[in-house]
Amino acid sequence: MGMNQFLRGLSATQQVGALFLIVFGLLAIVSVAMVVLSLRERGDDAAGEARRNELRYYNGLLRTSWLMVVVFWVGWASGERVATVLFGIVSFFALREFITLSPTRRGDHRSLVLAFFVVLPIQYALVVSAHFDLFTVFIPVYVFLAIPVVSALADDPQRFLERNAKLQWGIMVCVYGMSHVPALLLLRFPGYEGKTAFLVFFLVFVVQTCMIVQHLAGRKLAREPVAPHVSRSFNWQSWAIGVLVASFLGGLLAGITPFKPGQALAMAVIACVAGSMGHLVMKALKRDRGITNWGGEGKSVTGASGLLDRVDALCFSAPVFFHSVRWYFGL
Amino acid sequence: MSLFLLGLIRFLTGAQARWYGCPPKAEQRIYFANHQSHADLVMIWAALPEELRSITRPIAAKDYWTQTPFKQWITTAVFNAIYVDRVRGQRSGLPGESAAEQDPLEPLIEALNNGDSIILFPEGTRGNAEEPQPFKAGLYNLAQKFPGVVLVPAWINNVQRVMPKGEVVPVPILCSVTFGAPLQVEAGEERRAFLDRARAAVIALRDV
Repeated sequence: MGMNQFLRGLSATQQVGALFLIVFGLLAIVSVAMVVLSLRERGDDAAGEARRNELRYYNGLLRTSWLMVVVFWVGWASGERVATVLFGIVSFFALREFITLSPTRRGDHRSLVLAFFVVLPIQYALVVSAHFDLFTVFIPVYVFLAIPVVSALADDPQRFLERNAKLQWGIMVCVYGMSHVPALLLLRFPGYEGKTAFLVFFLVFVVQTCMIVQHLAGRKLAREPVAPHVSRSFNWQSWAIGVLVASFLGGLLAGITPFKPGQALAMAVIACVAGSMGHLVMKALKRDRGITNWGGEGKSVTGASGLLDRVDALCFSAPVFFHSVRWYFGL
Repeated sequence: MSLFLLGLIRFLTGAQARWYGCPPKAEQRIYFANHQSHADLVMIWAALPEELRSITRPIAAKDYWTQTPFKQWITTAVFNAIYVDRVRGQRSGLPGESAAEQDPLEPLIEALNNGDSIILFPEGTRGNAEEPQPFKAGLYNLAQKFPGVVLVPAWINNVQRVMPKGEVVPVPILCSVTFGAPLQVEAGEERRAFLDRARAAVIALRDV
């Protein structure tokens, strides 16, 4: 209780700072543990190999976590503008991965230029200037029309619908979805000034927890997959466990959010369901392309995966979370 | 400038190098690769590690890369390229023709004599097809003349999607350069047989 009193006594800035200190500390402990684990001798047999692969997987996860936390920290320390630019760069790299693995034709060139160098910057500029009315419709309404027009002008009707759908999807997931994360920073809750970084933390934390718990539960339970051609690990039981655990933790975190515990729980459920379902959809896209992850082809051989694999759940959950919050609280 | 360009290329394409058949080692080498875009040269330059980049000289088509003062400046000052006259190079590259007339490989031989590594596109011109065109004889002739130089095949992936012919703004797409296991001219191997084998070695890297 004394700890709680102490935390409440801190200013908003100090509270956020303390949060980062805790997260960095946790990551450091996990990293040290991983190094120790990797030092242990393992047999050359299949079991040893499997262990090593697993370790490599968690190492990848850990690296992304470090990267994300550093991005958040830099973003928070240097203000909302810089944070938005950082998310813009993440968006850019994610879209680059998406487009690389979705074959395009020469006629798509201008549309791609438009997507990367016009749509993406405008979307993030709208975030920075907090033009939320335009921000939420810019891509689904205006870009939805602009991209196929540019493609049509390129005079190549071959697989036109398919090519445009790919591009629209890439923009929707990587730019529209991602841009809703920094947009959270600019929501103005009465009595919650200077603490919106907690909201971003809340979203990222519950979604990532949900994904990890789901992964671990899937491993332990080894149930029949629901859609084996799309994902060999997805089943309803481990999905439910992931959502429940993450939402419960989300409910416990209500103190750092502008929500009451019940509201925090509900928001976490919404974010987790959207995120985990989005992740499943992205898996279907990857299977369609015959790949296991979005990283450069060189990386997929070594077992590490791309940026988009790590952030896809966030890309799907952020817009849903953002709209739920805005709608429910009438912001 | 060099660093800025490198940063830009990495930002747009990743310019990932994948060393499959050999490590990136500072020995004298001839890298030979498929050719689909003028940017191939830039790509392979960016994919090499710093210490190899300084000792490796790409071959640049004279007519294209000397068109504007900027292109000329960037090929000489940044890439340290060797200009080759494409028209002449193609003619004497034809199989069966003797090397008696003035040798278009002259500047390459000079560079190899200096101990530099070179980057060669043995197709001679850019291709648009899925598979590279048949290789020209230049690679064989150089291999005969410099038996000590290691021949490394390379496959450049995706570059034509970054900037198709006639476009000015590049699009960010991940590209990679795959380097394969070194090749040698076997004792008594025919020119055509060797060139086909070299071509097959480049194509094989597409799927690793």
